[in-house]
Parts: sequence; C-alpha cells; structure tokens
Amino acid sequence: MSWGFLRDLLSGVNKYSTGIGRIWVAVVFIFRLLIYIVAAENIWKYEHDEFECNIKQPGCENVCFDHFFPVSHISLWALQLIMVSTPSLLVVFHVAYRENREKHHNQKLYRSVGEIDGGLLCTYLTSLILKTGFEIVFLFLFYKLYNGFKVPRLVKCDIRPCPNTVECYISKPTEKMIFLYFLVATSCLCIVLNLSELSYLIFK
Amino acid sequence: MDWGALHTILGGVNKHSTSIGKIWLTVLFIFRIMILVVAAERVWGDEQDDFVCNTLQPGCKNVCYDHFFPISHIRLWALQLIFVSTPALLVAMHVAYRRHEKKRQFRKGDQKCEYKDIEEIRKQRFRIEGSLWWTYTSSIFFRLVFEAVFMYAFYFMYDGFRMPRLMKCNAWPCPNTVDCFVSRPTEKTVFTIFMIAVSSICILLNVAELCYLLVKFFLRRSKKPVNPKHHPNHENKEETKQNEMNELISDSCQNTVIGFSS
Repeated sequence: MSWGFLRDLLSGVNKYSTGIGRIWVAVVFIFRLLIYIVAAENIWKYEHDEFECNIKQPGCENVCFDHFFPVSHISLWALQLIMVSTPSLLVVFHVAYRENREKHHNQKLYRSVGEIDGGLLCTYLTSLILKTGFEIVFLFLFYKLYNGFKVPRLVKCDIRPCPNTVECYISKPTEKMIFLYFLVATSCLCIVLNLSELSYLIFK
Repeated sequence: MDWGALHTILGGVNKHSTSIGKIWLTVLFIFRIMILVVAAERVWGDEQDDFVCNTLQPGCKNVCYDHFFPISHIRLWALQLIFVSTPALLVAMHVAYRRHEKKRQFRKGDQKCEYKDIEEIRKQRFRIEGSLWWTYTSSIFFRLVFEAVFMYAFYFMYDGFRMPRLMKCNAWPCPNTVDCFVSRPTEKTVFTIFMIAVSSICILLNVAELCYLLVKFFLRRSKKPVNPKHHPNHENKEETKQNEMNELISDSCQNTVIGFSS
C-alpha cells in the first residue's frame, strides 16, 4: 500500500472527468505527487536528526523541535494530497451505483452511465467544491502553523528543560522554502482549475 | 509510484513523435532518469551527513550547508526532468482530443468518417500536421526553454559546474571563517558534467527536431498547389515504409527502456 494506490484511484477518475478535470489529474500526478515522492520526501527525511540546538542539555532539542514543528511540513503535504484526491471517489461511486441500477433493472436507464448530467452532475459539482475547500483549508493551516511559508534558519527556544533561551538551527531551510512555495503554487493552480471546471459545468 | 509512472505517461506520446523525438525520449529515459535514479541518488545520498566543518559550534554546519547548497543538485535535476517531460503532455492531450472527436463522428454515423470501427480510431497514428503541428512545435519550444533555464540556474547557483573540495564559510553562528569539506566532490563533479553533457545533447536534438519540422512545413506549403487532392490521413508508399521503420525503432527502444525501468 503506497502512493501507487492513489495513482490507480486517480486513473479511474480520469475516465469520467471533463477536459479540465483531466488537466487537474495530470497536474496532481506530475507536479504534486511525483515531486513529493522524488524530491520533497528526501529533503525532510532526516529533519529531526539534523535539527541542532546550541546546548548539551538532554531533551532540549526534542522539546524545541516538537514546539516548532507540531506537524511536520511533509506530513501535512501528504495529508493534503490524500484529502484533495479523495472527493473524486464520490463520482466513481455514483457511476458504479448507476451501473448497478441498470444491471438490477435489466434495462438501459441512462443515455450513458458516465455522462455528467442530472444526479451525477450534482455529485461532480460537490466533489469539486470539496476539493477546493480542502485545498484552501490546508493552505490556511500551513500559513497559520508556520507563520507564512518561510522556513527560518534559526529559531530561539526556551521551553523546559532548556535552561535558557537557546538557538536551534533548522537543516536545509532554503530548499524547504523553495519546495513549500512550489506546493503553494501548485495548490493555487489546482484551485483555479477546480473553479474554472465548476463555472464551466454550471454555465454549460 | 515513481519515475516509472512518468514513463507510462510519456510512452503514449512516442507513437506520435518524429524519429528525432523518439531518440530524444530514449536519451531522456536512459541517460538522464535512469542515471539519476541508479547512480546520482546514491552519490548525493549522504550529502549533509558527510558535509563536515572544522568547528564544534552547533548550528554552524547547518547554516553553511544551507548557504552553499540552497537547493541540492539532485533535486534541481529531478525538477528539470519533470519540467522538460511535461510539454510532451500537450501533444498527448491534443491527440486524445482528436481521437475523441473522431469517435464522436463515428458514433454519429457520419458519412465522411473513413474508419471501420472504434478500435481502428484508437490505434490510429496521427500525422504531425495542421493544429497538431503547432502543438508539437510549441512543446519542443517549451522543452528548449526549460532546459536552457535550468542549465542557467545551475550555472548561476553553483558558479560553474565544478564541485569544490573545500568551502570557506563565515555565516553566523560560525565564530570565524571556518573550512567546510564537501563529501565526494570528484564523483559529484563527474556526474554534474555528465548530466550537463546529456542536457546539451537533448537541446541539440530538440533544435534539430524543430528545424526538421520547420523544413517539412515549408516544403509542404510549396508542394500544396501541385497536389490539391492530397488527403491529410492518407499515406503514400514511402511514408508508410518510413512509419513502419519508425514503429520498429520505437518498439525496440520501448522494450529496452521497459526492461530497465522495472
């Protein structure tokens, strides 16, 4: 069980999407999922080991790290990818429900099972709204938790058992910041794609 | 989920590329992505652990590492490869759109549609002309731009392509100018030069492909008045033979790449 599962899921969704929906899937695959796996994961891999405080007091580093990174950037990123991809499942479930109904009644009830009209249109619009909502929530969470999208080189910490205000140094802050900005940019792109798909479907 | 997924996505584009495009794709997968995954990641794997500064001051190493490597070589290459591969998707989307239109025509029972069944539409290889020519040419142009931008970014960030053994750092909290030693500098230099060389080859291939497409375009325009009944989807004997050869080359390349990538 790994990211391959998400990839298979999204490939299934592609069949029942509009053109913009397919562009969204491509953006999520290539610019978010692939970047996460081949680049971002490695940057944050040893973040705790490489987090260094100017003190020998045992436990001080642990406590300071926990204070400044309640949820690590990379975990939040992974959660965001999963939550943002999942609403598309609603559409898949609805199509499966339609197919089941046709089989149960043994006659053609719909012009085409995958065509986006009627109930399926509502489901599709709901999934779009949910996707956009999740994107915005996670961007807001990132902003609130880390005071913007900057990663400082140095943080000052004075939580017990640190005896006084100690300086702690974060590893690879510039690289982390570059990839965070990349995450924000792709999130915004996905929000724009979702909103344009929403307006396209509503005004069609 | 890894680079193999990119290979699956781009493999479909291979069918609709020119011969030079197919060579470019093979070079990309074998000499860039494979080398990145199999060799370069191992060389850069221990980079911060083995980056050593001649000081016991906590935090100095972190700060100096961050100062000299704002973004690691390996990540820059990964980004470059992803950005350079993406324009090919434009072509894939255009082909998918054309197929979709043809399927719609076929389903409507259009007299003009010359296909016997849906399978034939799915398997058909579109020639690079008309709007597909513009999409294809734009994708090559964007590829060139991305390659050039990343090469320049590399050169700018690392002051050339050599990896020095020793760097002098005096960023705070380092108490004075300390010597910091990079791990495996020679091996990293070798790989950097290799990747830059292959990038340059890819740029040349893209330029050649662009010129080829432009020449074909102007030749076709000058031929047009002589042959007005030429149907865009009919191939004459020589072109059929060339296409069969292209298919053979691409299939053998595909098999080689598939064999490696798993």
